[in-house]
Amino acid sequence: MSVGHSVSSDHQLARLLQIGIVLEEVVEARAYHHYQSLSEEERELDTELEELLEHAAEESAEHREMLEGLIDGLDVESIPFEDVETLVEARYGQTKPEDFDGVLYDQLCNEETAYKFYDDLIDAIEASDADFSVDRSHVLSVLRELRAAERDGVETVTKIMEERA
Amino acid sequence: MNTADQYLKAIYLIQQMEDGPAATGKLADMLDVSPASANEMIGKLESRGFAEHEKYKGVQLTDEGIVRARDAIQTYCIIERFLANVLAVKEFRKEARELEAVIDGTVAERLDTIIERRPECPDCFDPEDDACACLELPFGEEPAAD
Repeated sequence: MSVGHSVSSDHQLARLLQIGIVLEEVVEARAYHHYQSLSEEERELDTELEELLEHAAEESAEHREMLEGLIDGLDVESIPFEDVETLVEARYGQTKPEDFDGVLYDQLCNEETAYKFYDDLIDAIEASDADFSVDRSHVLSVLRELRAAERDGVETVTKIMEERA
Repeated sequence: MNTADQYLKAIYLIQQMEDGPAATGKLADMLDVSPASANEMIGKLESRGFAEHEKYKGVQLTDEGIVRARDAIQTYCIIERFLANVLAVKEFRKEARELEAVIDGTVAERLDTIIERRPECPDCFDPEDDACACLELPFGEEPAAD
């Protein structure tokens, strides 16, 4: 065990980015399945929610690609993602949200969790003086971009929830 | 998990192993910090009502400290299980120790949605082995001691 939080190696950074990919995968799967669970009629009645879920799934897929791009630049063995994808898919294939409020609340938790993850990771990289095989400023700029997108996501969902309260 | 939670978790585990207060030296060893740093944090935990320190005996958690320590062990258990069972990381103990400071409880909760965890968690955590006693590994066992 060691106290203090900093990222000290390519391997550790790659593992954390991989965890980021899984989180994005979870968000994507949840949004997709929530979207699928809406009936045709509900989709017509609630285009705002439909757009939100569609956007969340697309954004998470983009974020995963950005994280994968960073891992590709690191000096680590490539990690197969198919198994994780299958596992996440299996978990959410059967889930149904209880109601629209449940869907929105779940999306809010997703965005907040991802924001917290990127925020902590940025702090940990900033606290480290380790050299990575990818440019540190590039890693930080990508992670800051992801964090900003999650912050926007939290604001969007919060606004919709407030309007509906 | 923040530094205070890492201390609470370590004190809880030492108390379990020793069946009594956690000596400052042992705590410092477990966390790989100096005894002076451990003392300083113990003072902070005392002032926040999470622990009580008795000279020459060691530190003990209060009820409030125990609740937080158990939450921290649960977060740690999720990280270990996620690494071992989802990512098939053989050195999951070592990596969990490296990552625990960067993974927040809310993030662990999301990871928890894709792992199988027993309802008795964290009581099944074995402090000697530094892992859940009912963890099933998808690969050969890694020695607990690094």
